[in-house]
Amino acid sequence: MSSERIPPRVRHWLSHVVTVVLLLVAALGLLSLLLVLTGHPVVPALSALVRGAFGSYYAITSATLVRMVPLALAGLAVAVAFRAGILNIGAEGQLLMGAAAATAVSGVMTGVPSLVAIPALLVVGSLAGGAWAAIAGALRLRFGVLEVISTIMLNFIALYVTGWLVRGPLQEPTRINPQSVSLPTALQLPVLLPGTRLHAGVLLTVIVAAVLWWWLRTTASGFRLRAVGANPLAAASAGRIAVPRTLFGAFALSGVLAGLAGATEYTGITYALYENFSPGYGYTAIAVALLARLHPLGVLATATLFGALQAGANAMQRDAGVPNVVVSVVEAMLILLVVAADRWREHTSQQRVPAESSA
Amino acid sequence: MLSLEGITQRFGRVTALDGASLTVRAGTVRAVLGENGAGKTTLMRVAFGALQPTAGVIRLDGAPVILPSPAAALTRGVGMVHQHFTLVPAMTVAENVALGGHGRYDPSAASQRVRDVAQRAGLALDPQALVADLSVGAQQRCEIVKALARNVRLLILDEPTAVLAPSEAAELLRWVRNFADAGHAVVLITHKLRDALAVADELTVLRRGRTVLSIGASHATETLVSDAMLGRAASAHRQTAKPLDVNYAIDGVSARTTRPFVSNEVVLRLDQVHVVDMRGVTRLRNATLAVTRGEIVGIAGVEGAGQHELLRVLAGRMLATRGTVSTSAQVGFVPEDRHRDAMMLDASLSENLALRDAGSRRGLMPWDVMERTTSTLLAQYDVRATGASAMARTLSGGNQQKFVLARELDGAHDALVVENPSRGLDFHATDAVHRALRAARARGAAIVLYSSDIDELLLLADRALAMYDGSLIPAECERNAIGLAMLGSTLSQATK
Repeated sequence: MSSERIPPRVRHWLSHVVTVVLLLVAALGLLSLLLVLTGHPVVPALSALVRGAFGSYYAITSATLVRMVPLALAGLAVAVAFRAGILNIGAEGQLLMGAAAATAVSGVMTGVPSLVAIPALLVVGSLAGGAWAAIAGALRLRFGVLEVISTIMLNFIALYVTGWLVRGPLQEPTRINPQSVSLPTALQLPVLLPGTRLHAGVLLTVIVAAVLWWWLRTTASGFRLRAVGANPLAAASAGRIAVPRTLFGAFALSGVLAGLAGATEYTGITYALYENFSPGYGYTAIAVALLARLHPLGVLATATLFGALQAGANAMQRDAGVPNVVVSVVEAMLILLVVAADRWREHTSQQRVPAESSA
Repeated sequence: MLSLEGITQRFGRVTALDGASLTVRAGTVRAVLGENGAGKTTLMRVAFGALQPTAGVIRLDGAPVILPSPAAALTRGVGMVHQHFTLVPAMTVAENVALGGHGRYDPSAASQRVRDVAQRAGLALDPQALVADLSVGAQQRCEIVKALARNVRLLILDEPTAVLAPSEAAELLRWVRNFADAGHAVVLITHKLRDALAVADELTVLRRGRTVLSIGASHATETLVSDAMLGRAASAHRQTAKPLDVNYAIDGVSARTTRPFVSNEVVLRLDQVHVVDMRGVTRLRNATLAVTRGEIVGIAGVEGAGQHELLRVLAGRMLATRGTVSTSAQVGFVPEDRHRDAMMLDASLSENLALRDAGSRRGLMPWDVMERTTSTLLAQYDVRATGASAMARTLSGGNQQKFVLARELDGAHDALVVENPSRGLDFHATDAVHRALRAARARGAAIVLYSSDIDELLLLADRALAMYDGSLIPAECERNAIGLAMLGSTLSQATK
């Protein structure tokens, strides 16, 4: 075997990227078919989709990348939980609680310098998300409640709590609209490029993804999280890892990341809390994480892809009159195709292994 | 009634049954004995239609039959109660019995049927009770009623007493006797010679997929059966009291000549240790053991005799309910099920090596050191892999086992607990594992070895103990003595 060959790990990832691109093409083909079937002109619709996502400087910065931020942060939350073997379906609720907590404390931040106040809002939001996920963690570890169920239930609770907050304690003073008071400029995340909506949250997201990647790869605690996810019995027996403690930490960390997503969206884009604060970012994040194979840097890429699809979908609806839900169909198709391709590959490689080892 | 002739069953390259045979007549009980993995359950699964034999003939009432499925076996009157019950806990007894039937489900008719069948069979069972609420004994009665409700004439029971308390077990065996006396036939798979002798008319002993002994119960002795189970030529003419057979003498010599390291320093010590499991059953009672440097202590025992708990307590992987455990070193542990308890299959070998100290490590992972150590270990223990970054899944079973052993032996482990280290390995891999264990002993490691293969124990152990029903019984390191002790025979005490 020559040493110039591409290392297996890199080859593995390259093949995955190629798979995703091929399947994306297939999914767009499917979208075309769907457009034909519903009687929409294909070419104008698809060109609107592409233009809406990448067609202009403004589209890239203010539509695609801006949507990437919450998708990526929540995607990291899902990825870190799944890496630990925790099926956290509750990023949506944790995101909402993060946004709600940031909104709640923004009221007492008047007069505090921006350099302190903005990070404080983000920290408070993160902690609230972490606390919300910790409830599911405690239920799982103390009573054996499956987190798939508890986190979904907590999503509904968070949704209704938010609805109550914006009609009650956090409602704007005129009491007309069910939303919070607009965030003062001093507490808003700075805009990076003048004339766009691109805020500093993008940088924060990239940094968080990089740190998470480094942490999982190189630190002992990150390795413990991965080991518990890979095989909890072996982690406990061969590794003597305190599995419950590691799991609880992973629950909390996942919630912190989702909470950060909510706080960032609040301080960077919406500047207010309202009932439909999140258009399902926490759910799309599951797709984002899975498509990235739970790799933190991969999450940045897939979140951008999904951000682009959603930005394009809005443009398609606006310019070509195609309901934007068809893009949701494409997203779902993409996930199913990728999962199917993975399973198929696993299946075929497992059949090969015994044959190889007998040689 | 039933006769199995020349049954061979292969799974891929593994031969589970190699021309095994068995007959059972109406009105009798046939006990099937053998070590773990001897093929007892496999043979009976063939009789029940759950497996299609590679070769061989099944006869029912003299006529050759093909049983494509358990349903086909049931319609011909052959039923089986598996060791692990196949009941739906959330359903009632009546519903469980009705499962697999056809047509409309009528709750009151189903209950009445269960009541009738149970009463006729003399088994106490409430048709309306939820299976989840039943005791293990009652669940077993439910399984039996399930079979009887299908008009079963031949009942196969797989290790029925293993899960029962002694009084329940005695009651079940009495029931089995009555059932047979009523003209039915029973095949009783068991580890326990005493149960077999108590109830069976005839005994069959399987060893490595072959029928090595088939004998009337009145002619069977504990010595004869344990000889057959453990692989001494099952000849009644053989002098059973002969101290050493030829094979053993060779093994004994080789084992002793490679033991240069003799010390009195105790590395692993148990003092009156008890383990009670979650269900409140005592798994380990009053275990006292001291293992010194440079010795291999062999543990023998039939399945569920308490060795599982003993090994985990010694390795610090399970807490003792009572008693003191002292270990003067970090203890390496090679569990029986390496896929489940020892490896991350979808991680690299370096990461699997890193797992060993993962629980106590702080700061950053020294991946470069891990990779170098992994490469060294691969070479040192002759593990065939493409390198330290190879995924654990891509290794063959033997190489995985060698790697786990290497990992546990590496890193100044003075104490090692090994459970069935050669399970599923071929001859060469087994030999390599044995050499590694001997080398570790020569370096002064204290080793506790459990093996369900008595030959492996005799080959490696410096002294042996048998587990019987949660108790540790010292036995001479000799086939007969170990065999009798692990069957709970009082003869083992007499031979000392």
